[in-house]
Amino acid sequence: MTLDHWLEHACADADRRGLPDLKPLLSTLAQATRVLRAADWNDLVGAIRQQADEGRPGAATRPPHGAGR
Amino acid sequence: MNAIALHFRSITELAPLLAARQITSEALTGACLAEIAGKSEPLCAFIAVTGDEALDRARALDRELVAGRCRGPLHGIPISLKDLIDVQGVPTTAASQVRQGHVASKDAPVTARLREAGAVFIGKTNLHEFAFGTTSEDSAYGAVRNPHDPARSPGGSSGGSAVSIVTGMSVASIGTDTGGSIRIPSAACGAVGLKPTWGEVPCDGVVPLSESLDHVGPLARSVADAWLLYLILRGDRSAARWPLPTRPDVQGLRLGIPRPYFLDIVDGQVRQRFAEALAWLRQAGAETVDVVIPHAGEIGAIYLHTSLPEASAYHASMIERHPELYTPNVRLRIEMGRYVLAEDYVRAQRGRDVLRAEVDTALAGCDALALPTLPMPAPLIGADSMAIAGKVEPVRNMMLRLTQLFNLTGHPAISLPMAQTSAGLPCGMQLVGRRHATEALLGVASACEAHLAG
Repeated sequence: MTLDHWLEHACADADRRGLPDLKPLLSTLAQATRVLRAADWNDLVGAIRQQADEGRPGAATRPPHGAGR
Repeated sequence: MNAIALHFRSITELAPLLAARQITSEALTGACLAEIAGKSEPLCAFIAVTGDEALDRARALDRELVAGRCRGPLHGIPISLKDLIDVQGVPTTAASQVRQGHVASKDAPVTARLREAGAVFIGKTNLHEFAFGTTSEDSAYGAVRNPHDPARSPGGSSGGSAVSIVTGMSVASIGTDTGGSIRIPSAACGAVGLKPTWGEVPCDGVVPLSESLDHVGPLARSVADAWLLYLILRGDRSAARWPLPTRPDVQGLRLGIPRPYFLDIVDGQVRQRFAEALAWLRQAGAETVDVVIPHAGEIGAIYLHTSLPEASAYHASMIERHPELYTPNVRLRIEMGRYVLAEDYVRAQRGRDVLRAEVDTALAGCDALALPTLPMPAPLIGADSMAIAGKVEPVRNMMLRLTQLFNLTGHPAISLPMAQTSAGLPCGMQLVGRRHATEALLGVASACEAHLAG
């Protein structure tokens, strides 16, 4: 599904659910999604993991969700 | 000794007076309650004031001191709690009608730790509904107002907590921080606010917003007070180390300044206060170096695709049953999160890993990163957008812009007051430390504290 199709469906769903005020927020979300998808996170994360294997700084992993709660 | 002045003092100043029985917790608590009676309603700072219970508790703690038992530096100190945190027998409203009728069956672990350390709980503070906002104006209990200018927001979501400290309604407060909700109101009101390393302080018994981003931490009048409260919240019994070993000066301190993105959109007066504070720190012997977070431009997108679906997952069943009980803006944001695709949530988590590594790298040669906490002074209540550096920007984006990164990455961060604007509005400097080195960050902050306002 392209982002344009997603936005179209999401806005139609918001109308169907009686939430027309949600449509500008969905447009904002679509803009953010476009930014998010523009980066190749797979390659970037791979590079971090490689740095971790080589013992370079900045490579520690994120704690699992829920830890410390 | 003047009781009115006492309740504006720090825990550091009050603890020895209480321990030596030169003042009583009852008098101190009574002074805070008098401030609440006079100021809380127009500022909408409290949702519940537990005055009778607080005075009973203060008297009991005074009796313990007479009997020779001192629990430590928090013994007899009146503090407020953000109304997301459970206190046994007291409602936890989350500033929402959705929670009507809820009464906590037991203390949250953080509440129990504070209670054991001798805190007097004076009341539950107002907030942005479910902590889902940064201005504290969408609340079932009314908009919280900034004591420096009641037409302005105190920041949020822990707005009532920050207000309670700077107005003398409590000596310290406990808040939560999912995108900046401790640091933002601290900066907007002129308090110290600490977000510890993620996972250090338990969030059980605290209404969640976004579980992988949520933190509990203190708002206080000084770094030393925040440090003490952090140790107690963490479950560390080393409050016996009090007074804490503060760093004597900033000589040799190395601060990383992340200029690209973080200083791109900053109000002129905040920029000037920040530049002045850095100059004073350099005069005192600190060194500043420029650092870069290469993917800073993606922070907002990664934050949105993490926080929204996590919040929506928590609220899904409630918002299906009672959508009308949410304030309109919060309802819309929860609904917005229900449209985030799973693949984009996963992308955002990968983005977090990248940002975390980039912040680690930026910190590798520094004691801390330094940046403004907010890019502008407190916004007017009701404003959706505001002009900053010649551009009109959405208030919500600007409020979160400089703080949300460290919720995504889990690094500890603290906001300290800088000099005020010409209109008398507070500005904050944010210091960021290495993960799992919150005490090292507090040491840096204690050294910097005296140099930030000239």
